[in-house]
Amino acid sequence: MKHVQQQYISKTASQLKPSGIRKFFDLASQMDNVISLGVGEPDFVTPWNVCEAGYASLESGYTAYTANAGLLELREEISSYLLEQFSLQYSAESQIILTVGASQAIDLAFRAVIDPGDEVIIVEPGFVAYAPAVTLAGGTPVSLETKAEDEFKITRESLEKVITKRTKAILLCFPSNPTGATMSESELKSVTDVIEKHDLLVLSDEIYAELTYDETHYSIARINGMKERTILISGFSKAFAMTGWRLGYVTGPEEIIAAMLKIHQYTMMCAPTIAQHGALEALKSGREDLEKMKKSYRQRRNFLVKSFNNIGLSCHMPGGAFYAFPSIQATGMTSDEFAEKLLEEERVAVVPGHVFGAGGEGYVRCSYATSIDSLQEAVKRIERFVSRHSSQA
Amino acid sequence: MNEKEIEILEILEENARIPMDVLADMVELSVEEVEKIIKRLEEQNIILNYSSVINWDKTAGVDGVAAMIDVKVTPKRDVGFDEIAERIYRFPEVKAVYLMSGAFDLSVQIEGKTMKEVAFFVSNKLSTLDSVLSTTTHFLLKKYKHDGVIFEPEQKDKRIVVSP
Repeated sequence: MKHVQQQYISKTASQLKPSGIRKFFDLASQMDNVISLGVGEPDFVTPWNVCEAGYASLESGYTAYTANAGLLELREEISSYLLEQFSLQYSAESQIILTVGASQAIDLAFRAVIDPGDEVIIVEPGFVAYAPAVTLAGGTPVSLETKAEDEFKITRESLEKVITKRTKAILLCFPSNPTGATMSESELKSVTDVIEKHDLLVLSDEIYAELTYDETHYSIARINGMKERTILISGFSKAFAMTGWRLGYVTGPEEIIAAMLKIHQYTMMCAPTIAQHGALEALKSGREDLEKMKKSYRQRRNFLVKSFNNIGLSCHMPGGAFYAFPSIQATGMTSDEFAEKLLEEERVAVVPGHVFGAGGEGYVRCSYATSIDSLQEAVKRIERFVSRHSSQA
Repeated sequence: MNEKEIEILEILEENARIPMDVLADMVELSVEEVEKIIKRLEEQNIILNYSSVINWDKTAGVDGVAAMIDVKVTPKRDVGFDEIAERIYRFPEVKAVYLMSGAFDLSVQIEGKTMKEVAFFVSNKLSTLDSVLSTTTHFLLKKYKHDGVIFEPEQKDKRIVVSP
């Protein structure tokens, strides 16, 4: 029967590789006493005001669809938020769509711009969903590998090397999941003329923008000549600890947004209404909560990165997101071996770097969106693990 | 007060038992610098005490009652409310005294072993003070949250263990 079912599955779907994260999820969920540094979401629950706004919207009977693009009031709020926080001007009426998480925005963007044969540059190590999303839209993902010595930023040379005649777009995600890398205004400016020269479209996933610790986040769309060719993707999940609400948004040039809206109206109709009411409250009153969470992430980052370097796992200081990406090369293990043994022997879950694509091997992703007490215990266990295995070598 | 000092205070207010080296890493200072700052904050009476929040309801054999008393008083020339407040807070059974705006002046929190003990304190010690005009005693029935700490916290992390 299984064989018979298989014949119905599309080539695209059967060729899609399952995410390497899955294996660790299965392993870790069967064990007790696991400290997980493998979680890609905030450890805070959504600010209470936001939850209250969700309840209130239900009580007031807001249980129907909204406009395809989302509540106009929310789009207006996002428009002024983008202006205030990131000096970006987008029209609430014609340039913003509320989506089901930033994930849907990524899918929409690729579907709206990719023709068969188009190449899209994906910065790696990077979020696991980008390359499959390109493939599903009929395009070809091309990896741009970033390196620890460049603090996982892209450079002119690394970018120019992967551009071909078929390159249509480049996807950027800074601050980065999994490396925590950020790119400053001047670092971005060092690559934007290459982008212009080759007439590339930019998909900028700035979901971690609010979690930038040492500098202020600078959007690539602010750079002269970039706004017209940038699709900006963000959402509420990371900044306001609202992952389960599934609410993101996308903004960009009017015509591209209109094309995305066409797909969105047929495939999704609109983003969840309750989540939109919650998000409205988050933008109106969530700033203080956001700043508190951000401060706490920064403190934990400082502790974790220092500790990794102390125990011999060399780790750059990530400028944003909530991930440390230490090198485990000193142990002589592959990232898979390291992660598996660490889980078995010390009950600490991390994600092996290779699942994030090119350049990820030799590293593991450790989320510091976990209490400082758990982080202390995790560091103790990892230290024990590393010293045990390095003495054997 | 600089940013680092405020950050140290915030972390200590949440967890006074945090190891010094961890605290130092969190705020990106050396252990010596942090110790120096904390010592100064203690000397300036900015950090007053390191205490624990305890749920005595869960301890077998230790019983007690607590009450909040609204007290109306006559303030005195020159010293205002400070003198009578001091007269009140010097009683060891008084756990907290606040000057309030609104219908009464001082909010006095008191703890005793029995209701009788609290009643005795109010009628014999508090009400008899010269400046005290009236008292209204409210007995505390249950503590849900105290100093930002929830008494029956939900410990469970509701996130899935590994996610992208």
